[in-house]
Amino acid sequence: MHQPPVHVEGIPAANAHAHHPKLQHHFDTMEQQAEASTLGMWVFLVTEIMFFGGLFMAYLVYRYASPEGFAEASHHLNVTWGAVNTIVLIVSSLTMALGVRAAQTSAPPKTQVFWIVATMVFGAAFLGVKAIEYADKFTHHLVPGPNFIWEGKHPAAAEMFYSLYFCMTGLHAVHMVIGLGIMTVIAVMAWRRQFDADYYTPVEVAGLYWHFVDIVWIFLFPLLYLIGGHFIE
Amino acid sequence: MSAGHVAPKSMYYMVFGALIVGTILTVAAAKVDLGPLNNIVMLAIASTKATLVILFFMHVRWSSRLTWVVAMAGFFWLLILFGIGMADYMSRGWVPGTLR
Amino acid sequence: MTADTYNKMFTMHGVVMVFFFLIPSIPAVLGNFLIPIMIGAKDLAFPRINLLSWYIYVLGGLFTLTAALSGGVDTGWTFYTPYSTAASNSHVITAALGVFITGFSSILTGLNFIVTVHRMRAPGLTWFRLPLFVWAHYATSLIMILGTPVIAITVLLVAAERVLHMGIFDPALGGDPILFQHLFWFYSHPAVYIMILPAMGVISEIVQAFSRKNIFGYSFIAFSSLAIAIIGFLVWGHHIFVAGQSVYAGMIFSVLSFVVAIPSAIKVFNWTATIYKGSVSFDSPMLYAFGFIGLFTIGGLTGLFLAAMGLDIHVHDTYFVVAHFHYIMVGGAIMGYLGGLHYWWPKITGRLYPEGWAKFAALMVFVGFNLTFFPQFIAGYLGMPRRYHSYPDEFQIFNVASTLGASILSVGYVLPMVYFIWSIVAGEKSPADPWGAKGLEWETPSPPPTENFFVTPIVTHGTHQYAPSKGVGIV
Repeated sequence: MHQPPVHVEGIPAANAHAHHPKLQHHFDTMEQQAEASTLGMWVFLVTEIMFFGGLFMAYLVYRYASPEGFAEASHHLNVTWGAVNTIVLIVSSLTMALGVRAAQTSAPPKTQVFWIVATMVFGAAFLGVKAIEYADKFTHHLVPGPNFIWEGKHPAAAEMFYSLYFCMTGLHAVHMVIGLGIMTVIAVMAWRRQFDADYYTPVEVAGLYWHFVDIVWIFLFPLLYLIGGHFIE
Repeated sequence: MSAGHVAPKSMYYMVFGALIVGTILTVAAAKVDLGPLNNIVMLAIASTKATLVILFFMHVRWSSRLTWVVAMAGFFWLLILFGIGMADYMSRGWVPGTLR
Repeated sequence: MTADTYNKMFTMHGVVMVFFFLIPSIPAVLGNFLIPIMIGAKDLAFPRINLLSWYIYVLGGLFTLTAALSGGVDTGWTFYTPYSTAASNSHVITAALGVFITGFSSILTGLNFIVTVHRMRAPGLTWFRLPLFVWAHYATSLIMILGTPVIAITVLLVAAERVLHMGIFDPALGGDPILFQHLFWFYSHPAVYIMILPAMGVISEIVQAFSRKNIFGYSFIAFSSLAIAIIGFLVWGHHIFVAGQSVYAGMIFSVLSFVVAIPSAIKVFNWTATIYKGSVSFDSPMLYAFGFIGLFTIGGLTGLFLAAMGLDIHVHDTYFVVAHFHYIMVGGAIMGYLGGLHYWWPKITGRLYPEGWAKFAALMVFVGFNLTFFPQFIAGYLGMPRRYHSYPDEFQIFNVASTLGASILSVGYVLPMVYFIWSIVAGEKSPADPWGAKGLEWETPSPPPTENFFVTPIVTHGTHQYAPSKGVGIV
């Protein structure tokens, strides 16, 4: 079928309707801008899934190769600290979600800042617990490398387990630190009354990132801490 | 963007409660020796928790179909990496426990 | 040249060409400019992220440059363990970090393209009215998003292993080096399609413009781009047939590798069918397109040789492999890049380049390229291994031919650089549509104004309206 040439009509480049002050010049509407931002964050989170995915693949391979060794090594992790941290992180996710909701409902800046700072406090608490655990591993020679000492039956697998433990929780902790940095910016923006029901994309997008980091931990906790739960020496 | 869905606070607290219950359940289940079932229970609980966070805290429940597809794509591609990668390891005939 | 220097030379050649030229060239140079225009948008969705990805690229480049200047890397561009983690005493960490950092510029570009294509299309520009260049870049972006993070974490682990002496990949500490190869090729095989898919998009545009015909089988070409992106993720194991992977997994990867030839062949057949009975003009972009179609076909078919496990055991790690991927990378990706650069140069700069010189350069590239790499097929088949600094006397004739070809090729590369720069200074001003081509980018002045269009276009038909492609093939 032959079709006539492209038909191009004009609508004025400068849109007639009044601009929201937060609308960037290359978007037509606030909806388009918000949708683009959240979609962008979701696509970024897909890359994050694959980024952690490489480590999970390594975990899968080596645990498949040596299930007993991994159980033996996992037995030496502190389940209580792990569980406490899981709950701390879930609480921070709740406060984050309520922070987004506060912005969505045009709550006063004080309320918005309260939820965001609460999220940061729980995030920092998580990192504090992590620091205690890391220090404990250092004193017990459980850090892979020349000083690694293992008394059990599977020293090679245990060293592999702790290599993965430090890589996975370390990468997760780096993401937490970045999250705290983002939240600081968001808190300042909220304090300066930047967010209301018409424009809250930065809170929403930062929240997506925070929840993602929470999800990674939801998987790390059982895979690292709990596989030695019923291990008998 | 006033079109965004605002969920009631009570829903956030309910999801939070479910996540806490899931955490307690998974710790309790790990103490019992279920054989290979331990892994399945553990991953089932973790996946449920993750799904709850994605659907409600991350608002995917009320998002466009495109967001659903993007969110699923990441996990699907992870399965490709795991699935085909493990096809090699599971057919290699290693001596168990030696990493060789 | 000592063996050690030779190792460092081919490593830097690989790292620079793969991560700093082939992967970013077409998406960054042509894609960033053309995608917003082709979809009738004012800009990409995230202009500042676009700028950020340029800074990240420069930072990654500086790391790699530091590695090169401070003594180089000798691991090969693949950074294979355990050599890269335990044995090599060259600057692996700096180079690995360079690759890691540049990966983020690739990720951000892909992210930007995906969001832009989904959310910024002009009114009326539906998916099946999009130019095929945009489809190809969308598929490329999917690979950038899904694959790049895996190599990022992998090279990060190599660096961590060197610094902290952990045992993720090192057999001495209980690791499996082949796991590194799995993770590495999970990205680096699809990365081949990051390099070739944008070039295929360019060729789809050029073939239509210079045959004055609509593409034959538009939706097949569009979907074959997506199919290449997706199936490309299922074939990485054909790089490690003889590395210690299980034979069973090798069989699976071998079969899947054959499958990926189907969408590639669809494209070649459809381009050919588009040219057939077209009103063909032999302007310089079209010469590159012809070169692409022929050389990509040779590169693709020899890829099938290598995907067959039995033959691969014979020719792996020989110059046959080197010739194969240079036919795809240079004969394919660089031909596409040069073709695209010539095709859109008047649009980008608003100036015309000397067409006679351009035709001459295209010819030099084609002749020089074939003279360089075709002898390597023969040398490789006769058993000349790659990555050694010397070779037995019997391969002398092939290597002399290659060197001669490379000299001719370099003339073909330098010439465009000269006349492109000359054209900016003294070239004739270009009209909006110097080729008589169709598509939104040709309806705005050359070079386009800020925000690309004076009025936001409303699209009511497919963006390419040449003569219909019918009466060929199966009707």
